[in-house]
Amino acid sequence: MTGAGEAPAARIARLNTAYAHAIDDDRLEDWPGFFTDDGLYRIVTRENREAGLPLAIVHCDGAAMMRDRVRAMRTANIFEPHTYCHTLGAAEIAEGEDGIHTARTNFTVVRTMHSGAMSIFACGRYLDRIVEADGALRFAERIVVCDSRTVDTLLVVPL
Amino acid sequence: MSTARPWPDDDVSRVPYRVYTDPDIHAREQERIFRGPTWNFLCLEAEIPNPGDYRTSVIGDAPIVVVRGRDGGIAALVNRCAHKGALVCYKPRGNVSEFTCVYHNWTYDLDGRLTGVAFRRGVRGEGGMEEGFEPGAHGLRRLRTRTRNGLVFATFSDEAPDLETYIGRDMLSALDRVFVKPVRVLGYHSQVLPNNWKLYAENTKDSYHATLLHVFHNTFGIVRFTMGGGIRLSENGWHHLSFTERSADGSEREGAEAVRSLKEQYALEDPSLMEHRLELGDRITNSIQTIFPTLVVQQILNALAVRQLVPRGPGECELRWTVLGFEDDDESLEALRLKVNNLVGPAGYVSMEDGCIGGFIDTATRSAPEERSFMRMGGTAIEPAGASRVTEAAVRGFWRAWRDCMAL
Repeated sequence: MTGAGEAPAARIARLNTAYAHAIDDDRLEDWPGFFTDDGLYRIVTRENREAGLPLAIVHCDGAAMMRDRVRAMRTANIFEPHTYCHTLGAAEIAEGEDGIHTARTNFTVVRTMHSGAMSIFACGRYLDRIVEADGALRFAERIVVCDSRTVDTLLVVPL
Repeated sequence: MSTARPWPDDDVSRVPYRVYTDPDIHAREQERIFRGPTWNFLCLEAEIPNPGDYRTSVIGDAPIVVVRGRDGGIAALVNRCAHKGALVCYKPRGNVSEFTCVYHNWTYDLDGRLTGVAFRRGVRGEGGMEEGFEPGAHGLRRLRTRTRNGLVFATFSDEAPDLETYIGRDMLSALDRVFVKPVRVLGYHSQVLPNNWKLYAENTKDSYHATLLHVFHNTFGIVRFTMGGGIRLSENGWHHLSFTERSADGSEREGAEAVRSLKEQYALEDPSLMEHRLELGDRITNSIQTIFPTLVVQQILNALAVRQLVPRGPGECELRWTVLGFEDDDESLEALRLKVNNLVGPAGYVSMEDGCIGGFIDTATRSAPEERSFMRMGGTAIEPAGASRVTEAAVRGFWRAWRDCMAL
């Protein structure tokens, strides 16, 4: 992978793609590695966010909590098997201070059940703060804002 | 109904699967339970603090708007215009000085009285409402409304006893226990479940499944110093409380250290979400309380919420969570609540399974309307139980309530 010489937009696009494909390919053990150790990952609804309400559907404060999420899903939680397919929009990027980039990327996640039933499970935007760490880009913060106020059945695989 | 007696005997420990799928039973529930002698939770007073604030809610299939009046009182009105039956409030919340139906501009005051009919006198002497029209007979239907601890309830029924009698003394004190001071809404969750509403209602009263379906604690070897607890029921069996509490012998410690793993290889890397600050004046760590038909009040460590169960036809329901803190929470307590809420909600470590289990039953029982479940843990009695909580007594209590209302 190329690093510093490449334009930020291209690097962020690659980060987004790798993130989505790790989830879609069920490589969830790789998922916390897309974040800094103290990174923040939250799934929230647009309704709560626009009302200024702090509740999250998933709230991981640090990569350790993300690893716990994955291990709970693998070993403890019970749910009907299903897969995701992410489709991403182009990132809108702004460079802030100290090389921190903020980015917004729209996403759609189609969920396919073991039965074959498919549905648009989630649609919304990623609101990210992205930093350079050990020569790679990582999420210091990824807020997943879902347009719908409702979750169908349950949410276990991260978005 | 396809058989005269869908429930052939008086046994509430054996539920005929037909009652989860039959559209006629669903229609009868609307009439006899939701528009019958029950008190239904609608929203929190804290959501409509100012005069003119409203939010919409439902009782069964019926759309309701709850509004704060000019005098500070609260009214629950059926959200249906007296003219053509359109929704008067089509936005979920807002602030108004009066209600105006967008279709033909009929207006109502905050008590639901009809105050204006567009073109009532016609235009230049032509048209207009019929002679003898009485606005007083065409208001929004106003329901009996009552609040307790900031929770707003209403009933369609003149026959329902007053709210306090309906809930009963013991269950009232359990409700009062959680709402010790003014609450603040931290946010909402909504889950659409692929099953009849009663399957979720039963599940919340089923303490037997808690450690069997939800294996998060066991998997991670989390030892909870919760030595006591039990099941309490209202006298008629309709409502229940299930709780666990820490021992009082001083062996427990505050905070995350109170939780440890016996199996290090499966320990949580970050156990901070299991931290618990005692805040309700007792040592209870978990309590789940139900008020028939569709209210659940939850305290799981510092995760406080009310859940409203909304039927959406026989085969689907929506679970609406209002997640709470207290007005006087400081930043660190709010941060703790947001973290502990990972345990509950649509992605909750100990609640997500409740989202799918009803669908598993729905799929398996649709083909067997005449067959029946067998819920005899603890026999057939509807009575309180001790700390093990291995009983289905409260589930049987739900069916007692259901049959009392349904007369089936």
